Amino acid sequence: MNRQIVRLTYVALGLVGVLVVMTTYWQTWAAAGLADRQDNAIKRVAEFSVDRGLIFSWKPRKRLARNIERDVEQRTLFFRRYPYGPLAPHLVGYSTVGRSRTGLERSLNDYLTSSNANLSTLVDKALDELRGKPVEGNDVVTTLDLDAQEVALEQLGTRCGAVVVLDPRTGKVRVMASTPTFDPNLVENDFAQIERIEADCRPAAPLLNRASAGLYVPGSTFKVITAAAALESKKFTPESSFVDPGYCTVYGKRVNNFDTSSPFGTVDLVTALAYSVNSVFCNIGKALGAKRILDTSKRFGFYEPQPLETPADERAPSGLYRNGRLYYPKLDSDVDAGRMAFGQERMLVTPLQMAMVAGAIGVGGRLMEPRAVDKIVGPGGKILLRQRPALIRQAVSRETADAVAAMMRLGVERGTGTAAQLPGYSVGGKTGTGETGVPGANTTWFIAFASRDEARPAELAIAVVLQNQSGTGGATAAPIARAVMQAILSERENP
Amino acid sequence: MTARNRELGGVLVAGLIAGTALASVTIARESEISASAASYAAVFLGLYLAAHIVVRHTAPYADGALLPLTAVLTAFGLVLNYRLEPDDGGRQALWVLIGLGVFAATLIALRHDYRVLESYRYLFGVAAVLLLLLPSVPGLGERVNGVKLWVDVGPLQFQPGELAKIFLILFLAGYLREKREVLAQGRLKDFGPLLAIWGAAMLVIVQTNDLGSALLNFGIFLAMLYVATGRALFVAAGLALFVGGAALLYNALDRVHERVTIWLQPWTEERVLCALNGKLEFRQDCASYQLVKSLYSIANGGFGGTGLGEGTFTSTDGAELIPALRTDFIYSAIAQELGLIGAAALLLCYMVFVARGMRIALRADDGFSKLLAAGLTFGFALQTFVIVGGVLRIVPLTGITLPFVSYGGTSIVANFLLLAGLLLLSNRANSPP
Repeated sequence: MNRQIVRLTYVALGLVGVLVVMTTYWQTWAAAGLADRQDNAIKRVAEFSVDRGLIFSWKPRKRLARNIERDVEQRTLFFRRYPYGPLAPHLVGYSTVGRSRTGLERSLNDYLTSSNANLSTLVDKALDELRGKPVEGNDVVTTLDLDAQEVALEQLGTRCGAVVVLDPRTGKVRVMASTPTFDPNLVENDFAQIERIEADCRPAAPLLNRASAGLYVPGSTFKVITAAAALESKKFTPESSFVDPGYCTVYGKRVNNFDTSSPFGTVDLVTALAYSVNSVFCNIGKALGAKRILDTSKRFGFYEPQPLETPADERAPSGLYRNGRLYYPKLDSDVDAGRMAFGQERMLVTPLQMAMVAGAIGVGGRLMEPRAVDKIVGPGGKILLRQRPALIRQAVSRETADAVAAMMRLGVERGTGTAAQLPGYSVGGKTGTGETGVPGANTTWFIAFASRDEARPAELAIAVVLQNQSGTGGATAAPIARAVMQAILSERENP
Repeated sequence: MTARNRELGGVLVAGLIAGTALASVTIARESEISASAASYAAVFLGLYLAAHIVVRHTAPYADGALLPLTAVLTAFGLVLNYRLEPDDGGRQALWVLIGLGVFAATLIALRHDYRVLESYRYLFGVAAVLLLLLPSVPGLGERVNGVKLWVDVGPLQFQPGELAKIFLILFLAGYLREKREVLAQGRLKDFGPLLAIWGAAMLVIVQTNDLGSALLNFGIFLAMLYVATGRALFVAAGLALFVGGAALLYNALDRVHERVTIWLQPWTEERVLCALNGKLEFRQDCASYQLVKSLYSIANGGFGGTGLGEGTFTSTDGAELIPALRTDFIYSAIAQELGLIGAAALLLCYMVFVARGMRIALRADDGFSKLLAAGLTFGFALQTFVIVGGVLRIVPLTGITLPFVSYGGTSIVANFLLLAGLLLLSNRANSPP
């Protein structure tokens, strides 16, 4: 029997050995993946014993998230407070026991809890743990301009919408406002109050970051991309002239201009963009084909989530959507290029994406990665990460960008965007009105860039979107853009 | 050095480990070393020294490693139970005391020759089956988490499956010793009783919904059958029968079906129907909540663990995050607080225990002793595998206990019986002629 007993011994020891192997798997190999899971309450609660890093605005330097200490069952725990409440909850996010995390609180959790181990921080952390001191997290400095953020929220008021402001030279996000907003301090203990928030749109969805995850019909703001595609194709120049009958015929049907009563007659491309003449862009679209325009939109970042530091599911890619999914046509004939060229035909975009488009046009075609984080600072003041400007790509040639910029400037000077004029600055902008056919249910837009004069690159780029409006983009969104831009630019003049 | 002196040294080391661990728990809880921790450790050491003295007088040639290993394992259990729920730590200590009492009594009662047990083999066999079916008796059994494993006897809860396992091993050792030659010939008519056991194992699953006990008892049966006959084919056939039977039951019994689904797919990306509240939920928030939370607990331990008393098992408002932590999931508590190092050390203790037990089987000189030692040891290893493997998602999760560590009286007492058996076996095997 001894031979069998020896074999059985191997089996028995093997069974326990497998346990050692699998324990190792869960505790080393799989641990990081499990730690990232949203339903991991153990990790989440455990991290409340970390003196979580603070989150700051860029200017003025204020604490957007701080900690309060509380002793629970002989353990010191750190709970989050957001001193500015509803000012920037969509970008900053929240960190709670009951409802997981969102925003930068989620995507930068490793930094905020000091679990971004490298050799030097690992030693510090281990020493802290041995001394029984709470582990200290790393502080995050965002790129937010708090005063301008406040102006943006005030301007949006009770309307549903979003404002995004970028510095197009660096990609830094100065404003990221989304309404209706909510007070992140209520998430943990009074979530019902957030669920009761009502607004001019249904559902009110206060938790949604409309600035980067809200998808809207771009309306005429998409003409900026069509114009860029037209110039890049070399088939058109700014001087190309068109005859505007007040409508355009697509598939045998008439597509009207915004105002059909007074056709423009013979216009060039510059005037067509400045006055937002649908029929001209409709015909350009038919001439270029949908895929060529979509390819130019891709150069501006469409069809990929914008590379911001927030969690991936809080950023949506822009592009054509079909049945709720991003869709790229196989053939030109699959899409109505004429309608798409002026921003209809199931094209959906995010405000952040449109701010990137305006910004790239304003700085000669250079598309920069948007950044909401300026730097991350360790407990000792050591800078762990400094976000440097990164070029995504040259979206269009410098000539094309400058030519489209000139058209947009004309639009603000005497076209549809005159409400956005700023004394002392050269503003180029494009209005947009996405019609839904229901009165009072238009999506209105204004996207713009501003520079000190026409020769210099833009200092800021903005996108404003409003839901459920009865007016036009020029009347509703452009004044908001003006107020927010003024808030930022006047600070620069009077530091 | 004699085995007894090695055992004495080992017990002293185990006492030291228990004392250090208790001290570290109290430091983490109250930021000071309380006198109570020291006195608990002293009582612990005293108990095992007493057990050692009993062994010295009743089984002087017995293996010297098993008692200290048991001491370390019970120390793990006591410290973790004390850390998670101080009151239960006290109750667990009481059970260790009772277990050691049963251990001493067994050693004294059978000190001359344990082989008298062989003649009661059929009695043990019948008793084992009765015990296994006891929880299904109306009015006696109690369902815990949908599994019938418990019997209420007055104020006491009693888990008969643990004792049944030992009786089954005693029966099989006697029966297989008697019939091994006949069985090895492979004639179908000799397999009647064995098919009856297979049927009983399946019946137990149907009656109690408990896949774990069935797997454990059937595994022990196959292992002992293999040791007795040397026919690997029997094992293969037995496994095929078990898997086949289990597969049929998988479709017939919702409970078994659910366990397997949880095992294969603990996480879902989309909401599925939750049987607990009738709503659509992610499975990780519903049926597999326990398993998933336990895996998070293990992962949170990492390499070095959080340290005793520093692990996260409750929410910030004190609500329990892992149900059944002290019984089924004690291993995930250990893995979090002591990390990979501690968990591996615990498993190493089990491995050494198993290796020593198998060594006793090898050295024993009669068939009954060999089969008994191999059966007891393999049962011990398989039980560890089934419960820890369930927690680690190697096999479907079942509700059996981790020997010497899980909270629970019957399990502790049954395992002390098993230890007494192994010491008696090794005492005889090592005795000078």
